[in-house]
Amino acid sequence: MTKLFEVPLYPYRHSPDQDAPAPVRHPVVIIGAGPVGLAMAIDLAQADVPVLVLDDNDKVSVGSRAICFAKRSLEIFDRLGCGDQMVEKGVVWNLGKVYFGDRQVYNFDLLPEAGHKRPAFINLQQYYCELYLVERIRALQAEGKPVEIRGGNRVENLHQYDDHTLVTIETAEGAYNLEADWLIACDGANSPARRMLDLDFVGRVFEDNFLIADVVMKADFPTERWFWFDPPFNKDQSALLHKQPDGVWRIDLQLGWDIDKEKEKKPENVIPRLKQMLGEEVEFDLEWVSIYTFQCRRMEQFRHGRVVFAGDSAHQVSPFGARGANSGFQDADNLGWKLKLVLDGKAPETLLDSYTFEREHGADENILQSSRSTDFITPKSEMSRIFRDAVLDLSEHYEFARPLVNSGRLSVPCVYDGSPLNGPDAETLPNRTRPGSPAVDAPMGDDWLLQRLGGSFTLLGIGANVPEEIEMGGIVVKGVSIPGDAVSMELKERYLGTSGKAFYLIRPDQHIAARWLDYAEEELVAALKTAMGW
Amino acid sequence: MTPDLTAPKLETPDAFYADLLAAHEGLTKAESDACNARLILLMANHIADNEVLRELLDAAKRR
Ligand SMILES: Cc1cc2nc3c(=O)[nH]c(=O)nc-3n(C[C@H](O)[C@H](O)[C@H](O)COP(=O)(O)OP(=O)(O)OC[C@H]3O[C@@H](n4cnc5c(N)ncnc54)[C@H](O)[C@@H]3O)c2cc1C
Repeated sequence: MTKLFEVPLYPYRHSPDQDAPAPVRHPVVIIGAGPVGLAMAIDLAQADVPVLVLDDNDKVSVGSRAICFAKRSLEIFDRLGCGDQMVEKGVVWNLGKVYFGDRQVYNFDLLPEAGHKRPAFINLQQYYCELYLVERIRALQAEGKPVEIRGGNRVENLHQYDDHTLVTIETAEGAYNLEADWLIACDGANSPARRMLDLDFVGRVFEDNFLIADVVMKADFPTERWFWFDPPFNKDQSALLHKQPDGVWRIDLQLGWDIDKEKEKKPENVIPRLKQMLGEEVEFDLEWVSIYTFQCRRMEQFRHGRVVFAGDSAHQVSPFGARGANSGFQDADNLGWKLKLVLDGKAPETLLDSYTFEREHGADENILQSSRSTDFITPKSEMSRIFRDAVLDLSEHYEFARPLVNSGRLSVPCVYDGSPLNGPDAETLPNRTRPGSPAVDAPMGDDWLLQRLGGSFTLLGIGANVPEEIEMGGIVVKGVSIPGDAVSMELKERYLGTSGKAFYLIRPDQHIAARWLDYAEEELVAALKTAMGW
Repeated sequence: MTPDLTAPKLETPDAFYADLLAAHEGLTKAESDACNARLILLMANHIADNEVLRELLDAAKRR
């Protein structure tokens, strides 16, 4: 059987740009067709921004890599037009088991909050995620949207000018040059773009290695998540077992700092360990083994003139809590509409500084969360180990200790508190939907709130009427009115609290910009201006 | 409200102190450390107030 990740999806083709007498200029060039670059391209193409994606490869990611896609990512995929494919293929699990040493200390049933269209997360191999994103790009191309992926196009050099970047590209047929008004570097953790521009990658640097194995079980095996602290088959480290689609189970064995990678990867060393984890009698095939080394750090600044970094190129965190790819989608979500407004001349270029503010804040939050998980999983001192072990010992019989057990906190979108784009708040309304927050989903009859919002500026009237369209300074704000008798319990709890009505101004990335109990037109205009960076 | 950490509140201090020592009797240093850690966590959950807990941590660090 040919594996999905062995099939060329966007093979190299000769482009007329390669024969042009002078470098052809493109409004937006994205380096990297990983999950983040692809999502970025879809968002821009949907908004009719011509976009070119360059990738040195021509296939989806090898091996499962990121496997856990959180609700916010699924909501973003909905807006990008490929949420259903992901969710239909993905696996949802509810039962988790926690082991300490050689014993199970407890198990738990995830009870995600009800009243959301999408589950708290799905498990899905990264190659499927990338495949559906590429398929979405093909569908957009068929609709005539201006988006192109060039496989076998390796970016070799960058030369920055005030208003564009000169991009040198190597192909099987030789090199050629392009000019990009805006360049988005989604070229991964080792970002050649970062290196070519001689930029830093700083922060709290700590390193860890994981042995990652995808195994196909030959018989039934439960759809559960098992997490081991300090198991006999991986002393002083952790291990994780996770179900993925197609009967593939993903195993992460933490290896620590100082290891011989080639030796650890050898099947004769991997298989006995897996047998110890799964049980001697369990039969399986090894599909993919890799060592994943990560460093926890980020770039000091995500934007350098007309070059913007998004995804792993800008920040890297530990895999605990699945914050790698998930936070990258939020980068793309945040950047897309801002770049569109700037390109259209409707917002000042400084609007993009809010991308740096908001997403650097997001990266810091992810690094903090992931450092806390790492401190729990790999205690750094004798005393922190004593406390960690005490928490795990107690967790067997005392429920109170279980929330202290930190095997990675699931990625949730960050609230842009203090963002320069935030407008007025009505503080008596619920805290979780304050300005800066991502709009929380809620049922609306047969439909869902986020579905109704879509991807434009929206004025939401809850328990109140708003005009269907409001035009302001070349921007059309969509009006969504939800009459009082259509307000679901969840919508009330999440958006109204004790109030009878409320008005929310929501950004194209579905983050809340401002809210009022009552509003006057001037206030709306002012809040919209603020949200557009004026 | 800042908790009053100085006033004596234990009704039978000698009895509590004896219980505390008894709990550690016959334990190795490692076992005692583990027992203390569990005790701190149980007490923290019982107190259940982050602000009070922070005051307690500060007081413990000051000696
Ligand atoms: C082995 C492994 C295991 C992982 N496991 C997990 C996990 O368990 N959980 C988790 O959350 N995350 C995991 N990750 C991280 C996760 O895969 C990343 O967070 C995610 O892929 C980031 O997406 P990205 O689009 O920013 O970058 P990438 O997916 O790295 O994509 C970068 C793209 O840029 C292209 N590129 C690079 N240089 C050039 C160039 N010069 N010219 C043209 N194109 C270029 C590359 O070919 C690639 O397609 C893992 C990563 C690896 C490598």
